[in-house]
Amino acid sequence: MSDERDGGASGDDLRVVAALRDGDEAAFTALVDMHGASMLRVAATWVRDRAVAEEVVQEAWVGLLGSLARFEGRASLKTWLFRILLNCARARARKERRSIAFSSLDGADEHGPTVDPARFRPAGEPSAFHWSSAPALWPQTPEERALAKETRACIRQAVAELPAAQRQVITLRDIVGMRADEVCNALEITDTNQRVLLHRARAKVRRALEVYFGGSG
Amino acid sequence: MADGQNCIDIVELITEYIEGTMPAEDRERFEAHLRGCRGCIIYLAQMRETIALTGRLTEESIAPEARAALLMAFRDWKRAG
Ligand SMILES: [Zn+2]
Repeated sequence: MSDERDGGASGDDLRVVAALRDGDEAAFTALVDMHGASMLRVAATWVRDRAVAEEVVQEAWVGLLGSLARFEGRASLKTWLFRILLNCARARARKERRSIAFSSLDGADEHGPTVDPARFRPAGEPSAFHWSSAPALWPQTPEERALAKETRACIRQAVAELPAAQRQVITLRDIVGMRADEVCNALEITDTNQRVLLHRARAKVRRALEVYFGGSG
Repeated sequence: MADGQNCIDIVELITEYIEGTMPAEDRERFEAHLRGCRGCIIYLAQMRETIALTGRLTEESIAPEARAALLMAFRDWKRAG
């Protein structure tokens, strides 16, 4: 992850780090509440066992505390934290030897269309390869969709069912909010590979939502 | 990208478009297609919404036991420091 483009630590980050150094429990639990769930999600993409994933998260927090003295604010606190987490997760995955094989497992799913070709008019017909009928609009307002618990359950399920590499990429990009170059770096993959995995992952989650919302196709 | 104007191809380029990594010329062709295609406009909007909705999973919090265990670790660290 390139610190140069990260923008570095914000004033908030520096205040939080100072509070942590002072042993401020409220500052610590606020940080845990902010990032804890995402961290667990990331760890779970590296190690299969839930309890092990929780240990990895705990290790990462201990790692963060241990390295606070070295925090210079060149990267944001969040980048720093997830960098430590990814190191812990990778190390643990290697040690467990049950690491979720990265590219080998997923090779079969890196090609082919992400939208069912049956949704488009067949070759030879007028407007060939254009939508047979446009995707159905989703019910309710975006805000209502966002607030519905079931929407989240649907997305959680769809992400959980993705092949490992796609799950890692969509988790880091769309859930944790890391930049593309950070993810390439963390997962040791190329730009193109990252984008392909992200595309396939997002398309499947969209499809799951479409089915859930009762869309056509 | 000779067939870039077909919906079946456009849907596979959406992430490249959203990511902003598409060359300017391709981007113009992509946007020209969108202007005339309701299906692809809807598909693009739903992909954007999917990204936004996926991002909201961060609002979940960790289990109280895990939170308590972390607080213990913090206290240990404080004592040791
Ligand atoms: Zn179209």
